[in-house]
Amino acid sequence: MSNPLADMDKPDVIFCIGTNMTEAHPVAATRLKQAQAKGAILIVADPRHIPLARRADLHLQLQVGTDVALLGAMAHVIAERGLMDEAFIAERTEGWDDLREHLKSFTPQWAEEITGVPAALIERAAVLFAQADRGAIYYTLGITEHISGVDNVQSLSNLALMTGNLGREGTGINPMRGQNNIQGAGDCGALPSSYPGFQPVSDPAMQAKFEEAWGTKVDLEPGMTKVRALEHAGEKIYAMLICGENTLVSDPDKSHCERALERLDHLVVIDIFKTETAELADVILPASAWAETDGVFTNTERRPQRVRAAVSAQGQARPDWWILAEISKRLGSDRFEYNSAAEVFNEFCSLSPLYAGLDWDRIDGGGYQWPVPAADHPGTPMLHVDEFPRGKGLFKTPSYRDPAEVVSEEFPVWLTTGRRLEHYHTRTMSGRSTGTEYLVPEETLEVHPADVQAWGLKHGGMARMSSPRGSVLVRVASDDTSPPGTVFCSFSFSDVPVNILTGSGYDPITDTAELKVCPVRVEPAPDN
Amino acid sequence: MSLDLTLDGQVVPFQEGETLYEVAHRHGDKIPTLCYDKRLKPLGACRLCVVEVEGANGPLASCTTPAREGMVVRTVTEDLEQHRKTLVDLVLSENPKGAEITPLRGLASQELAQLSVRYGSDGTRFAGATSGHPRLDDPNPMILRDYEHCISCYRCVRVCAEQEGDYAISITGRGFGTRISAEFDVDLQDSDCTFCGQCVQTCPTGALGDQLALQYTDLPEPINATRSICPYCGVGCSVDLLTKGETLVGVQPAMDGPANEGALCIKGQFAWEWVQHPDRLKEPLVRKDGELVPASWEEALDRAAAGFAQTAARHGRQSIYAVASGRAPHESAYSVQKFIRVNFGSNQIDNCSRA
Ligand code: SF4
Ligand code: SF4
Repeated sequence: MSNPLADMDKPDVIFCIGTNMTEAHPVAATRLKQAQAKGAILIVADPRHIPLARRADLHLQLQVGTDVALLGAMAHVIAERGLMDEAFIAERTEGWDDLREHLKSFTPQWAEEITGVPAALIERAAVLFAQADRGAIYYTLGITEHISGVDNVQSLSNLALMTGNLGREGTGINPMRGQNNIQGAGDCGALPSSYPGFQPVSDPAMQAKFEEAWGTKVDLEPGMTKVRALEHAGEKIYAMLICGENTLVSDPDKSHCERALERLDHLVVIDIFKTETAELADVILPASAWAETDGVFTNTERRPQRVRAAVSAQGQARPDWWILAEISKRLGSDRFEYNSAAEVFNEFCSLSPLYAGLDWDRIDGGGYQWPVPAADHPGTPMLHVDEFPRGKGLFKTPSYRDPAEVVSEEFPVWLTTGRRLEHYHTRTMSGRSTGTEYLVPEETLEVHPADVQAWGLKHGGMARMSSPRGSVLVRVASDDTSPPGTVFCSFSFSDVPVNILTGSGYDPITDTAELKVCPVRVEPAPDN
Repeated sequence: MSLDLTLDGQVVPFQEGETLYEVAHRHGDKIPTLCYDKRLKPLGACRLCVVEVEGANGPLASCTTPAREGMVVRTVTEDLEQHRKTLVDLVLSENPKGAEITPLRGLASQELAQLSVRYGSDGTRFAGATSGHPRLDDPNPMILRDYEHCISCYRCVRVCAEQEGDYAISITGRGFGTRISAEFDVDLQDSDCTFCGQCVQTCPTGALGDQLALQYTDLPEPINATRSICPYCGVGCSVDLLTKGETLVGVQPAMDGPANEGALCIKGQFAWEWVQHPDRLKEPLVRKDGELVPASWEEALDRAAAGFAQTAARHGRQSIYAVASGRAPHESAYSVQKFIRVNFGSNQIDNCSRA
């Protein structure tokens, strides 16, 4: 997030797109509700009539996968009516003339055709956002899990830049990170293109820095993304170590993924449960869990916070860092001599300029947001105050593309996937907790009541849902949250593996899977 | 310009807009309350926080009285303490077991019990009928609705409406028949309730209780609290893990958590039992003749390392790939990427953010 969570009750116009925040980030959503109580206007763009949309002043119910068209049209309106922040554009950005030209064809009427959102609504949303004194944008995976994920983010960035809504209280572009420490995993260099602290592997100076620290000269060439690695399993990739991820259930195209893992010569899984993925391993190493492990999580506002062991680990389970050190020692390395999580974290800080001013003791109270470049630095709750990482903010000119697969006669329905309040990911945790299991013991397919009738389904009855990659059986819930022609399902339940169906395409730059859109067919099935 | 007032004989500064309670609270916590939660609009209902202000007609509720320049305020006097004792006696007479509530019920559940100690009340001074209408039949396994202990402070209703914006529960009836109910008296799961547990944690008497934690009431060890962070989404709410010996018995929100300031959702509040679930992996497993069988750490680590060494020898160092977790802590992700870069000199590493 460019701005801190504490800012969330300060905007006067809030634009939420592709975020089911009341269910996926409930405590953040409470702050937005408080902003509304103080009079803020809430604009929600989402294909479904989610709870947040029900609270909105304006709901832009766009067709799945058409975000670039919607956002481009909003930018078009702002440019045509001259509602942009000229001073901000002149002082802090580059590329405005190109964008202005590019936006000419993005008329609201054109966008209405593609998105299904009435042109007049698009105009109202654009004007409201442009006229805000403090306009803030919040988004989640509904923006990134598309083949056009990067274009979507650039479109949002254009909106924020052209209206000068960056670097001030109550503004910003604010992605809400889905997993507790997904920010931290990136910070730590678990990426094919960067060392800890987002230092590029292709930079020879970085190669030299880390060679000095670790005694190994690491390739200048970036590695593969996970998606590519799975594709090349058994060709270029022959051994894998998977740490704490139930790849089989969370990743797209499940059957493909299973075949990929089976093609490996050697699979080592570190996890706390014997997940579907672990079942395929040659070696499973039991990890100590949250509440048993000391460590650090960095939240969505870049705030490193300490987690602490309160009980001993179950059985012989051990911390991940210990396990990886032991394997490394057996491979002949002497660079993993750690006695505590603190030592690992402090080494990480010493190599990452973003964390240079931090150490294990200093983050005890969670009082810093990175970057913290030096020990006497107070941290950076708000990014982009005076300049952007590259100096000036750059306008990009993304064009609209259809999703990788579009509905057809054979697969006439849009499936979109997401999270539910009560469950999390593949349910390895929430599925083993009494309360959450009690409320939502099984997955259902959300189908609009009109479609339930039209397709011969029954509320509470079973349906077969198919895509070109496979089919699943799922119980039907008649619910007008999804619009007619679109159905919704979460990927949390392994007995309804929706990710057998998904996997139609990937963003060409990030390799992020298009999990939010998949054409399917839905038919009645015998009850079981 | 700095603003000052005199508090129990001492001149103290305050800021425009602060209430007397807030000023007094910053300078030592002597004023008792029951209906107060600093995150909520003050109600002034319990009357325990009354203070004497020179020149005022009788005592004033400090939680609703704005601080003013030059005020002379007394927070603890014999009269005030006598008045407070009477109030506590009255509350306890409606709630005779109010002093015997286990802290497992909720974060604020000891507030009444602590006042009963401070004022030496045991609820026998004014004997009377209790006014609560328990809903012990609500079948949800998370929230105990033991309204026998309800003292009508409305903190639950207010936190649900003001903090959560959920309006799942409300006050029905009036006077002695007043009670807290979900709309149309339904079970919570059939209301707008999201099971965030905030009502449980703000209840000053334990009338609302954490059912999951209460399962551990009979464990003999003392309750310990360990500060940590919720393991679910990226908001990063601060929590206190409650343990008795080696058993995790509950989670409570941390009022001073930088990301959440006391708020939690159902996952952070109630979805923690998986930690000590019997399904947990407790020993290393290695595949032998197609089956995964238990092994010692020595054997499993040797096997893991040998497999990587052999693969690297046969197919090159870039044939080894690792995926780090977005849920494990930094030390895990840092170690996974270092494992690849140091042992194989490649960048064949990613995390699970792309799905
Ligand atoms: S658990 Fe949360 S939503 Fe439910 S009644 Fe209590 S405060 Fe309201
Ligand atoms: S309590 Fe809920 S909102 Fe807070 S971090 Fe946990 S999952 Fe996220």
